[in-house]
Amino acid sequence: MMRRNDFRARGHPSYWTFVVHRVSGIALAIFLPLHFLALSLALQGAGALDRFLKFTDLPLVKVSEWLLVTLLGLHLMGGIRLLLIEFGPWRGLRKGWIAAGGALGIVAGLAYALALIGPTP
Amino acid sequence: MSSELQVSVWRGAGEGRFVAYRVPRAVNQTVLDVVTYIQRKLDPSLAYRYACRVGMCGTCAMTVNGVARWTCRTHVSKVVRDDALEIAPLSNLPVIRDLATDMRGFFDKWAKAHGQFRGTKSRDDFAKIRPDDRQRTEIDAGIECIGCAVCYASCDVVTWRPDFLGPAALNRAWTLVNDARDVEQRERLRAVAGDAGCHACHTQASCTERCPKHLEPTRAIAGLKLMTAREAVRGRL
Amino acid sequence: MSAATQARLWYAQRVSAMVLALCVLVHLATLIYATRHGLTAAAILGRTRGSGLAALFYAIFVIACAVHVPIGLAKVFEEWLRWRGRIMAAVSLAIGAVILFLGMRAVYAVVIG
Repeated sequence: MMRRNDFRARGHPSYWTFVVHRVSGIALAIFLPLHFLALSLALQGAGALDRFLKFTDLPLVKVSEWLLVTLLGLHLMGGIRLLLIEFGPWRGLRKGWIAAGGALGIVAGLAYALALIGPTP
Repeated sequence: MSSELQVSVWRGAGEGRFVAYRVPRAVNQTVLDVVTYIQRKLDPSLAYRYACRVGMCGTCAMTVNGVARWTCRTHVSKVVRDDALEIAPLSNLPVIRDLATDMRGFFDKWAKAHGQFRGTKSRDDFAKIRPDDRQRTEIDAGIECIGCAVCYASCDVVTWRPDFLGPAALNRAWTLVNDARDVEQRERLRAVAGDAGCHACHTQASCTERCPKHLEPTRAIAGLKLMTAREAVRGRL
Repeated sequence: MSAATQARLWYAQRVSAMVLALCVLVHLATLIYATRHGLTAAAILGRTRGSGLAALFYAIFVIACAVHVPIGLAKVFEEWLRWRGRIMAAVSLAIGAVILFLGMRAVYAVVIG
């Protein structure tokens, strides 16, 4: 019989970054085929695509879209951090990147949210 | 500071449970002091290990309040919460009894990773390596490992993949991969590549966070990942 | 699957990640801009229809996804679902094929239609 770790062993930034990276990756992987299917509506003409875009005006959909863009930004920044760790010169666990990357990911989401809800120029 | 600690200690062999003990607090008390008090004064049947008790050997490693630590170097005052302590054996290793774990698997993986030096030269014909040599510097950064298994016990990939060699074995392999005198490099790279080797690491970095000697297995594993992948892509693995 | 193959898959996943890093940066900027200026079929298709650049960019994007996603998901299957061996490899391959097919179809839809 072996004992396993619980949340107390995982209470440090590099681990949280791993969780965010994996969960965001799973969410994006599920979203991607749906995204392709939606775009493929253009095969049935612009009208079909427009009807779908009307559906995306629903508040729940807008929130989901914002969440996905944020997750994309976070996955991107976490991924760049990993590429730096694995391919770049060793500069520790790049904890600065965890902070900055997290911030930039959230900023990307906020920029998208502004675009969604703001007035069209 | 109250005068007594409520200490929860893992007891049992095949199956186990936490048993509560009351231990008097003392100034500069370490967790090892607490465990030793329990075994000497309260319950002589408690099984645990220690040796040097001064932070050199790594034998006293246990899980304290959920985190793997050297108990001789963990002051109670640093980790106690509401006068309570939880002491368990290291994770990811079979429990022999109470706080003692079976370390054979840990050391077997060290061997599987080709964690031993193999040279062909003698004292009459020795390699001349400058101390500031780039590879030597990489070795020096990781050579002080004493095999305490704190990193191994802290790693979730070890939990999720039973055949994962683990941070200590891979760290040792990295120090040897950088050793210009070693003659088993191809076999070693083969042994540490793939999903039982370095490529299963997800840079969770619990190993680097918890290493009591402040080594960086994450660094070693990152180095191995790139080196072995390049060899594999070139068909030389 | 040999260790050498696993090592090559790791490398492919990292190389596709580098490609995706560039593609996603461009894509994020594009979709924020496009959403800001009103998201209608006409607006989207006006930009993509007949554009060789869009075709090339999104085709590369799709191929990189088709490499990156299955290898990443395979790790999740192995570690969190405990799938090993042939089943896991087959599911991952299928996911890659689905992404490649649906992705290229979407590229065709918005560029040629």
